[in-house]
Amino acid sequence: MKKVTTLLAAGLAAAVGVANAAETITVVSWGGAYTKSQVEAYHKPWMAATGNTVVSEDYNGGLSEVKAQVEAGNVKWDLIDVELSDAIRGCDEGLLEEINIDDFPAGADGTPAADDFLPGTYTDCAVANIVWSTIFAYDSSKMENGPSTIADFFDTANFPGKRGLRKNPKANLEMALMADGVAADEVYSVLETEEGIERAFAKLDSIKGDVVWWEAGAQPPQLLADGEVAMTTAYNGRIFNAVASEDKPFEIVWDGQIWDLDLWVMPKGAPNKEAAMEFMKYSTGTEALAAQASWISYGPARKSSSPLVGSFHNKPELEMAGHMPTAPDNLKNALQNNFDFWADNQDQLNEQFNAWLAQ
Amino acid sequence: MSENNPLVRFKNVQKSYDGKILVVKDLNLDVETGEFLTMLGPSGSGKTTCLMMLAGFEPATHGEIYLNERPINNVPPHKRGIGMVFQNYALFPHMTVAENLAFPLEVRKMSKSEREQRVKRALDMVQLGEFGNRRPAQLSGGQQQRVAVARALVFDPELVLMDEPLGALDKNLREQMQYEIKHIHENLGVTVVYVTHDQSEALTMSNRIAVFNDGVIQQLAPPDDLYERPDNAFVAQFIGENNKLRGSVADIDGEYCVVQTTEGVPIYAMAVNVSQRGDESTLSLRPERVVVNPEPGSVPNIFDAEVLELIYLGDHIRTRVALLGRDDFIIKVPNSADHAFLREGEIVSVGWLQQDCRALDA
Amino acid sequence: MTSTADVIDDKLLQKRLDKAMFNRRLRAFLLVLPILLFLLVVFIIPIGYFLFQGVYDKTFSSIMPQTTEILSEWDATSEPTEEMFAALAVDMVVARENKTIGKVATRVNRDLPGTRSLFTSTARKVSKLEAPFKESIPDVKDKWNDIEVWQAMKTASRKFTPGYYAAALDLKLKSDGSIVRQDEKRRIHMILMKRTLQISFLVTVFCLLLGYPIAYLLATLPTKTSNLLLILVLLPFWTSILVRTTAWIAMLQAQGVVNDLLVFFGITADDARFSLIYNKLGTLIAMTHILLPFMILPLYSVMKGIPPSYVRAAKSLGATNWTAFWRIYAPQTIPGLGAGAILVFIVAIGYYITPALVGGQEGTMISNTIDGHMRQSLNWNLAAALAGVLMIVVLFLYWLYDRIVGIDNMKLG
Repeated sequence: MKKVTTLLAAGLAAAVGVANAAETITVVSWGGAYTKSQVEAYHKPWMAATGNTVVSEDYNGGLSEVKAQVEAGNVKWDLIDVELSDAIRGCDEGLLEEINIDDFPAGADGTPAADDFLPGTYTDCAVANIVWSTIFAYDSSKMENGPSTIADFFDTANFPGKRGLRKNPKANLEMALMADGVAADEVYSVLETEEGIERAFAKLDSIKGDVVWWEAGAQPPQLLADGEVAMTTAYNGRIFNAVASEDKPFEIVWDGQIWDLDLWVMPKGAPNKEAAMEFMKYSTGTEALAAQASWISYGPARKSSSPLVGSFHNKPELEMAGHMPTAPDNLKNALQNNFDFWADNQDQLNEQFNAWLAQ
Repeated sequence: MSENNPLVRFKNVQKSYDGKILVVKDLNLDVETGEFLTMLGPSGSGKTTCLMMLAGFEPATHGEIYLNERPINNVPPHKRGIGMVFQNYALFPHMTVAENLAFPLEVRKMSKSEREQRVKRALDMVQLGEFGNRRPAQLSGGQQQRVAVARALVFDPELVLMDEPLGALDKNLREQMQYEIKHIHENLGVTVVYVTHDQSEALTMSNRIAVFNDGVIQQLAPPDDLYERPDNAFVAQFIGENNKLRGSVADIDGEYCVVQTTEGVPIYAMAVNVSQRGDESTLSLRPERVVVNPEPGSVPNIFDAEVLELIYLGDHIRTRVALLGRDDFIIKVPNSADHAFLREGEIVSVGWLQQDCRALDA
Repeated sequence: MTSTADVIDDKLLQKRLDKAMFNRRLRAFLLVLPILLFLLVVFIIPIGYFLFQGVYDKTFSSIMPQTTEILSEWDATSEPTEEMFAALAVDMVVARENKTIGKVATRVNRDLPGTRSLFTSTARKVSKLEAPFKESIPDVKDKWNDIEVWQAMKTASRKFTPGYYAAALDLKLKSDGSIVRQDEKRRIHMILMKRTLQISFLVTVFCLLLGYPIAYLLATLPTKTSNLLLILVLLPFWTSILVRTTAWIAMLQAQGVVNDLLVFFGITADDARFSLIYNKLGTLIAMTHILLPFMILPLYSVMKGIPPSYVRAAKSLGATNWTAFWRIYAPQTIPGLGAGAILVFIVAIGYYITPALVGGQEGTMISNTIDGHMRQSLNWNLAAALAGVLMIVVLFLYWLYDRIVGIDNMKLG
C-alpha cells in the first residue's frame, strides 16, 4: 500500500515536472536597464533551474492594458511589475489575483517572509521586489559647491540654472513642502488641507519660470548630460546607471527623497498561474533580490537581502550598498510615497496642476 | 495686305531642347497679314515647336522671329498680344464662360461696360450667347472649342495661333468646326497660324500650308498646289492617297521624262524632282486620276491589271489591282452613271495621262 | 384607349425593371456586405461604444443596487436616514466580498476628492458592524456624517449622466442635477482645447507656407529629379516619430546644434541662448516638420494634374506671371490645399507624443489629457467625453469647411 502511494507520488511529481518544463510565462516590466536587471537576476537563473521559459515584455506602466485584458476575458500576461498605487487600485477593483505572503519562502536567515519583507512592501495582491526613489541630481563637473538639501533645489538665487521636474504633481508637491520646511512625516497631513496644497503650489511657483518638464524616466539623465538643466529630479536608478555605465559626473542628493515600491502582481485569470506563482516566489527570494542589486541601484524589499548586496556587476570596486534608497544614510530625511493620499486626490491635483501649468 | 511686309517672319530659326538634336533646322517662313497658314506634319516634325516659339513659350536656340518687323525673341508671351487656342482648349475650369472671356480684357484693365460688351459680342460670334454663366465642364466638346476660339479673339489680336484645336472632337463636329473657324477667319480678317497633323483639315481651311518633316519645311504652297503638284515624295505621300511606282529616269526632256520601272516598262511622266538620265525616282499617281478601260491612244500609259479587291464607298469604288508587279495599286472608280463594272479576278486595262504622273525624288 | 394601355404597360415595365434591378442590387449588396460588416465591427461599433461611455456609467448602480434605489428617493438635502445607512452597509459587504468596492470608491472619488479611502477603509470593517448603522458607520469614519458624501453618491448612482461631458467642458454636475462652472483652479480642459486648436491651426498654416513651394517644385521638375526629391520628402515619413522628435531635441535645445551655431557666429551670447524647445515654439517646429508630407502629397498630386497649358493660356491672353499664378494656377490647387490642410489639421489635433516630449508646459494638448485618463487615472468615461467633445469640434470645423470651400472640392490624391 505504501509502495503504491510512493509510486503514485513519484508519477505525479514526474507528471508535474513534465508539465512545468513545458510552461512558458509572460512577464511584463518597464524595459531598459531595469528589465535587464530582472532578466539577469530572476529570469535566467529560474529558467536554468526549472527548464521553463520566461518571455519578457515591456510596457509603460498603468493598469489600462490589464484592465482591458481582464475585462475582455483574454488575459495574456502572467506577471506584471507595477507601482504601489496600481497594485492597490488593481486589487480593489478586482483586476488582480490575491496572494498570501505566508506561502512565500522564508529569508535566507530563516525569518518568515511576513517579517523578512520591509513593512508595507506586500499587500493582498502584490509583493514588492525593489524599493526605488525619486531624488534630485546635478552635474558635479558644472557645479563646484553643489546643492546638498532639498531646499537648495528650489533656491535659484544661490544655485542658478534650469530645473528638471516631472510633469506630474506627484513627488513635486511633496518635495516643495519639504523644501519649504515641512518635516517628512508631516508632509501628507499638510497636503490634506487646502492651505497645504496652496503652499506647495506657491513654492513650485517660485521656480516655475526655470523649469524644464520631463515625462519619461530616460529624459532627466539626458537633460543633465546635455546641460539643459542644472539639476533635475529623477529616478535614482537612472542616474546611477548614467554614473556607473557611462561615467557621467552626476551626483545624487538623497535629502528629501521620496521612495516607492515596484511590486509583482498577477492579473486575474493569468494563463499560467502556477508557474507564474513559482516565478514570483523565486524572484522575491533573498538571493534573487540581492543579485538584482548588483545590476541596478534599487534596494531589495527583503531585509535578509541587504547583507548579501555586493558590488556592481562589471565594476568590482563599485560597492552598491551606499547607492540604495534603503541605505541608512540615504534615509535620513526621506518620505515614503503615500498611496492613499494619491488615490484620493490624484484626479483633483492633476487638474489643478495642469491648470497651474497652463497659466 | 502687303506682300512686302509679312506679319510674322522666322529668320534662320533653330531649336534644340537637349543641345544635341535640332528639332527645328534653319527655318525661314513669312506669314502674310490676314492669311490662314497651316503648319502640317507628322508628330515630332517640329511644327508645334515653331508655334510655341512664336507664342513665346519656348526660346529659339538660334535665329530671330519678327512680329510686324519687330524682333520678339526677348518679348515675354504676355506682351506679344497673340491669341492662342490650345489643343485641350485650356479653358479655366474655375471660371464661367463669361469670366474666361473677360480674363484677357480684365488684365488689359478695360472698363467693366466695355468688357461686358465685348464678351457678349464674342459669345454671339460663336453662337453661345446663352452660355455665359456656365462652367466649361458643363459644355460639350464643340461648345468648349468655340469658347476657346472666342477667348483667343476677344481682345482683337492681330494674330491667332491654333495648336491642333480640333483634335479632341469627333469627325462630324470636326468638319463643322473647320468651316466655322474658316468663316470667322474670313469675317474678321485676322491672321491665323494653325498647327495640325490632319491633312484634310489643312486642305479645307488654309490659304497656305507648310508641310513639316524632320524639322524642315518640305513644301510651302496653297492646298491645290500641294495636292496636285507635290514637290517631293514625302509631300506626295503625306497629302492625300498616292500610288507609288519606282524606277530610274530613261529619258528626260524639259518638264517631261520617261521612267523605266524595275521590270523595264517605260512610263511617261512629268519631271518634277529629277534632273538627268539614270536618276532614281518615285512616281506619284493619284488614284482618282487612273482611268479604267481608256480609249486606246487617249493616254500614253496603258497597262493590264488584275482586279484583286473591290470596296464600295458610296461616291466611289475603291479598287485594288495588281499592276506592274505591285499588288497595292489603288484606283478610285467614280460612282457615275456610266462607270465600268468590275469583278474580282477580272483583267482590265488601266491608264493615265503623262501630266498626272509625277517623277519625284527616290 | 391607347393611353390606358400605355399606363398598364408602364406599370408592367416598372415591375419588370424593379425585379431585374432587385437581383442586381441584391448581388451588389451581398458583395459589399463583408466590407460593411468589417467597417461596422472595427470602426462604428467600437467608436460608438466608446463615445457611449461618455454618458453612461453603471459602476455605482450595479455594484450598490440597494443604495442606488434608496438614494433615488432621497431629496439630497435632508439628513441621511437609517435605511440609507443600512442599504449602504449591505451593499458594501457584498462589494467587499466581490472585490468591487475599489471601483465604487474610484467612481465617487472623481466627484468628491478624498473619498476613496473612506470607502475602502470602511468596507474592510463593515461586516463586523451592527445596527443602527446610522451610528456604527460614522464611528468608523466620521466623514459619513458629511452630507456631501451622500450627495456625491446620489450623483454617481445615475446610469445616464451628463457629468462627464460637463467635466470635459470644465463644468460640474451637482447632486440636484444642476450644472455649474468648475472651480477656477481646476478649469483646464477649455484652456487645453483652445490651445490644441490654436497649435493645430498654426501648424496647418506653416505646413501650407512650406509645403506649397515644395509641392510646386516637385510638380514642375522633370520626373527623374522630382522622384528623387519626393523620396527626400517621404524619407522622414518612414522614420519613427520618436526618432524625429528626438532629433529636433538635439537640434533645438539650449546646447543643441542651432544654438551652438548661433553662438559660434556671434549672433547670441553663450549665456543667452534661445529657448527653442520645451515650449510652444518647439511644438510648432517639430509638428510642422512631422506633418509636412501630409500637406505636400495631396498638393503635389493636384498640381501634377494641372496641365501647363492653363498658365500658358493665361500668359497668351496677356496675364503677367504673377496674375497667371494667382488668378489661374492657385485657384486650381485649392482641392489639394483643402485636402492637405484638413489632413494636417485633423492629425495635428490628435497629436500627443511630440507635444509631450518637446512641448514643455506650454505645449500640452488635449490628447495628452485624454491619454492620461486612458492610461493613468483609468477614467475612461471622462476620456470618452473629452474625445467626444474633440470629435464634435472637428465635425463642426469640417462642416464649416464644407460651407466655405466645399467638401466635393477636395482631392486627396
